[in-house]
Amino acid sequence: MTTPPLLALDGLRAGYGRVEVLHGVSLTVPEGRMVAMVGPNGAGKSTLMSAVMGLLPRRGGTVRYRDAPAGSTGQMVAAGALLVPESRALFTDMSVEDNLLLGFLRRRRAGERDVRGAMAEVFAIFPRLAERRRQLAGTLSGGERQMLALGRALMGGPRLLLLDEPSLGLAPLIVREIFRVLAELRGRGLSILLVEQNVRAALQISDYGYVLELGQVVAEGPSATLAADPRVVETYLGQRRRDV
Amino acid sequence: MDPFIFFALLQDGITTGAIYLLLAIGLLIVFSATRVIFVPQGDLLAFGALTAAGLQSGHVPATLWLLDGLSAAALLASLTGGVRAAGRALLVWGVYPAVVSLASVWLARREIPAVSILLALAIVTPMGPLIWRFAYRPMADASVLALLILSMALHFVLIGLGLVFFGPEEASVPALSTANFTIGALDISGQSLCVLGAAVALVVGLGWFFGATVQGKALRAAASDPLGARLVGIDAGATGSLAFGLAAFIAALAGVLIGALTPLSYDAGFEIGLKGFVAAIMGGLVSYPMAAAGALLVGVLESLGSFWASAYREVIVFTLLIPVLLWLSLRRGSDEDRA
Repeated sequence: MTTPPLLALDGLRAGYGRVEVLHGVSLTVPEGRMVAMVGPNGAGKSTLMSAVMGLLPRRGGTVRYRDAPAGSTGQMVAAGALLVPESRALFTDMSVEDNLLLGFLRRRRAGERDVRGAMAEVFAIFPRLAERRRQLAGTLSGGERQMLALGRALMGGPRLLLLDEPSLGLAPLIVREIFRVLAELRGRGLSILLVEQNVRAALQISDYGYVLELGQVVAEGPSATLAADPRVVETYLGQRRRDV
Repeated sequence: MDPFIFFALLQDGITTGAIYLLLAIGLLIVFSATRVIFVPQGDLLAFGALTAAGLQSGHVPATLWLLDGLSAAALLASLTGGVRAAGRALLVWGVYPAVVSLASVWLARREIPAVSILLALAIVTPMGPLIWRFAYRPMADASVLALLILSMALHFVLIGLGLVFFGPEEASVPALSTANFTIGALDISGQSLCVLGAAVALVVGLGWFFGATVQGKALRAAASDPLGARLVGIDAGATGSLAFGLAAFIAALAGVLIGALTPLSYDAGFEIGLKGFVAAIMGGLVSYPMAAAGALLVGVLESLGSFWASAYREVIVFTLLIPVLLWLSLRRGSDEDRA
């Protein structure tokens, strides 16, 4: 018997108003793995994240999380599915420390009290946040904001981390830093669903990849295989096939 | 002007300004957490004052039956939400109203001022969360305008209920203090000091609540970024309930304080609430310190206005809105059309 995957989507449909964006998407995130979902702008990657989290109504198909049908956003968060959205959604008029403190809320409800310990762990990963702990989140640079958004999610002790475009709008040096941290988290056995436009980096650090186009999965496979797939190479990695 | 008259007016203005400050704070808390402009807050103020006055004259006020009715409805509605939710609801909407009802029926005859006031606060405060639960929450995602229209409708409902409950007569709340202090040639009334003391205590208390407690920070977070709040597990229903509970408590407190300074009728709350709203607008519906300054300005202007040009008192206060709105719209520039 194999253990059931942490997250399993089967034929998921979702959209906004009359427009359907996802036309039946199936994917799985096994426990302890990092799964990348890549694809162009408008493919429905963020919609997928919203539907998984219950921020958007799921119109068809099934979403199973921890071997049970996925519930509302509140239930998903309580069950440890923590999303870092593309917008970061930080509490900009509150301090870095308060943002992290609120990230701990989920664990606090479960009876945990060691906020300082959890915060120290986040500060160990992102020393920059420790320096800025008293600053308002709104005064941080783009890279620091992404670190804080990621740190806030880590404060909640995620079972499944959902990352929506963590590299979007960041300087290359910061992107490298973020991906270094993601690789480290994966190394610790954290289950991650990563949505990225930066296909090369995403396929480099993930175990398994899916390519989403126009709301449908058009290719999938182990990340290394996918990164070598001629179609993927041509479309997303900007290289011409040698034999042409 | 005679300096003694001026200081008497100033004292009067600061006292009413403190009341407007309380109401402005209530409006800001509710608006930032739920985008609702809580017009019926003024009516809850009248409910608070008249409930206390009723208890003090030995009647069991009809607001108590409203609380019991709404609580029973909330209890019934919670039965669909699972065992844990129902258990909690039984405590909040079953045990609490029962205790308050028994205490009111038993203590109304005693006519002890402090007890009447505390009971009035206990009766009116839960109406905030109940109004949120039944009126606003079902349409929480509606536009600010739709929510405002709902607020106006609720205002008319509450004012109608107020007339049924309390009749058209004015009533006074017993003063917390009847002492008078004389400093030099100045008379300072004990009740004015009580009002100021209550306002300061509330501001300090709320400062602590929002700055140092997790619940307070969660409420600020919900106002700061609703999506982020949902993603860390802050329940929008609970924050709305908390915000409306705070606003209703503040309104009831303002009611029992101002009801001792001037007799109030069932429909007096709206105008007082409106002045709190003017103060809140001066803070752009976001800034607490600006709203506080605005509230004191409104109170003092009104007080001085009533001496110099009593017929134009209200005109002076509400005309103040025009330059303030102009300034706000110029300052905010291009993002004025969001909302």
